[in-house]
Amino acid sequence: MTIRYTVDFKNGRVELSHGAGGRSMAQLITELFAAAFDNPYLAQGNDGTLLPPASGRLVMSTDSHVVSPLFFAGGDIGCLSVHGTINDVAMMGAVPLYLSAAFILEEGFLLSELKRIVLSMAQAAVDAGVPIVTGDTKVVEQGKGDGVFITTTCVGVVADGINLSGDQARHGDKILLSGSIGDHGMAVLSMRENLSFDAPIVSDTAALHTLVAAMLASGVNLRVLRDPTRGGLATTVNEIAQQSAVGMLLDEAAIVVHESVAAACEFLGLDPLYIANEGKLIAICAPGDAAHLLAVMRAHPQAREAAVIGEVREDAHHFVQMTTKLGGRRMVDWLAGEQLPRIC
Amino acid sequence: MKYVDEFRDGQLARRIASGIVREVSAGHRYRLMEFCGGHTHAISRYGLADLLPDNVRLIHGPGCPVCVLPIGRVNQAISLAKEHKVILCTYADTMRIPASGGLTLMRARAGGADVRMIYSTQDALQIARDNPLRQVVFFAIGFETTTPPTAVAIRQADAEGLKNFSILCNHVLTPAAMHAILTTGVGLDGFIGPAHVSTVIGSQPYEIFAGEYAKPVVIAGFEPLDVLQAILMLIRQINAGQATVENEFTRAVTREGNLKAQALVEVVFEVRDDFEWRGLGSLPDSALKLKAHYAQYDAELKFPVAYVAVPDHKACECAAILRGEKMPQQCKIFGTVCTPENPIGSCMVSSEGACAAHYSYGRFREVRP
Repeated sequence: MTIRYTVDFKNGRVELSHGAGGRSMAQLITELFAAAFDNPYLAQGNDGTLLPPASGRLVMSTDSHVVSPLFFAGGDIGCLSVHGTINDVAMMGAVPLYLSAAFILEEGFLLSELKRIVLSMAQAAVDAGVPIVTGDTKVVEQGKGDGVFITTTCVGVVADGINLSGDQARHGDKILLSGSIGDHGMAVLSMRENLSFDAPIVSDTAALHTLVAAMLASGVNLRVLRDPTRGGLATTVNEIAQQSAVGMLLDEAAIVVHESVAAACEFLGLDPLYIANEGKLIAICAPGDAAHLLAVMRAHPQAREAAVIGEVREDAHHFVQMTTKLGGRRMVDWLAGEQLPRIC
Repeated sequence: MKYVDEFRDGQLARRIASGIVREVSAGHRYRLMEFCGGHTHAISRYGLADLLPDNVRLIHGPGCPVCVLPIGRVNQAISLAKEHKVILCTYADTMRIPASGGLTLMRARAGGADVRMIYSTQDALQIARDNPLRQVVFFAIGFETTTPPTAVAIRQADAEGLKNFSILCNHVLTPAAMHAILTTGVGLDGFIGPAHVSTVIGSQPYEIFAGEYAKPVVIAGFEPLDVLQAILMLIRQINAGQATVENEFTRAVTREGNLKAQALVEVVFEVRDDFEWRGLGSLPDSALKLKAHYAQYDAELKFPVAYVAVPDHKACECAAILRGEKMPQQCKIFGTVCTPENPIGSCMVSSEGACAAHYSYGRFREVRP
């Protein structure tokens, strides 16, 4: 079959008709989305996608992406929307199987940029081995959106015996972090604020399911997995402390912050503990398993800088505290107010 | 990070801390006020109080621009945006200060007022250039550190003939507040002097506090080691019965300060007869206003927004906390009704405020697990 190119991906822009259900929408779907995401499920071409029976409990998660700017060092809204949702499923200890993608496009948005984003999504999905099996496109009038918003949903399956949950941290458990913090948020922000550094800040956006698979395969007693995205490490550990009704004590010296991220935070008056990550995870395990788990994590390319960053303690107030590099003690509180809008 | 990590070195910190332990005399109490919110924040964030002996007490001072701004001033800003339909440009910290009628600038914005967060006075000027048909007002707040950039903006607006730009001036003076603190009768043994403010005004203006009030002053940088070193220097002075102005922050502060910035401020501003501070009341010669030559850039003259004093919330102890008379945790509504998510008083708003710093970093100290 020869493909007839009727959509102008070089100079064209999104028009209201691209979301109207008529021929131009069909063309956009065929020439862009179907071509890029190409897989047998999507090719069914029906209102819904028929999927084979899955063995095990299903996990499902959905996430909307509104990051600004759309393109940043290390990624773009496209791959971010694939990674973010896969990670949410992976944090349940599940194997991600299928993705859906819904686009809200703004009239006037450059089709060349849309294509770049869609191709980036397609590549991220292929790399992760998770096909995009269904999707939707809507167009809003100029001024009613901001280029493109993407909502993805991921379905995965979790094996029997794996029961990860934020409410399972117990007194004495160790808290591990898979690598440096603040990279994604500061990559986006430095792009937005036109800050440049000798060593550019690159987003850590990545799908973490193979790291999670390796951790689960190690046989350690994992209790909690969570990715510290919006609100950063501080917010995520507080969520877990609240859910498990425990306190925590972190060690500031063990938390890796890359120099350019630290410098950018310093410059903008931000605390890296509250900056979003898109390719990191927090793991909580039984104390006796920490050394083995750490070794397994460090053997994986996505967690070379993994470290034990603290431990779970009894605390009726569910406070997260931290021993500072100076040797003092401080709280690591919930984020107050909005720190950085539209980071993912 | 070069030039930063050196001032956050844990080993060095412990060495200075043990120096402090060696230096203090057991029977003596050392009550040291860190004037600046920047110091308050550093002390809380790095947990410095844990490194000090029990008889060295740090008292938080009023050097937080957002904290000392009285409600009436925020009301004026809200009125400019809401009733007078100006584009109100402001630094982010002021957005959440509680004003009358349950309003904040943030809520006024959600209600349709045009309030814009800016990082620099240059942003406000650009907004004025880009919106020639709108009136643009910059909500100018801060101590001597933020005054020179406002002066630059006024001079630029004047040179360009920008008729739609003006400022709501709330620039205040550090030495005036220190005078006020010393006359309220709070027992103090010395001051950790401001870092950034002193880069502008120099160390000379503090000499009167060492001379007339016999209180040692050590100007310190905002890094944790700066603060520890300043505490050690203050303790040595107190033990020796001395009261002089010492400069720990020699990498940035001179006795004269930044003469160019001072000259610029001198050209544009003059001292107001009096100005109301939250907590310290109405203080003579404690704030600045635009000189007559620049009157057309004064939003208080350009728009009918007279200042009306409004009392603080009845249960709020911000006033006593700003005077150093009370600790945040001594306020009945601290951490219960008043939290960073729902601040009742200004000290809970800015991260430099004593209440916000204690709530975010230190409140675990009051409870035992």
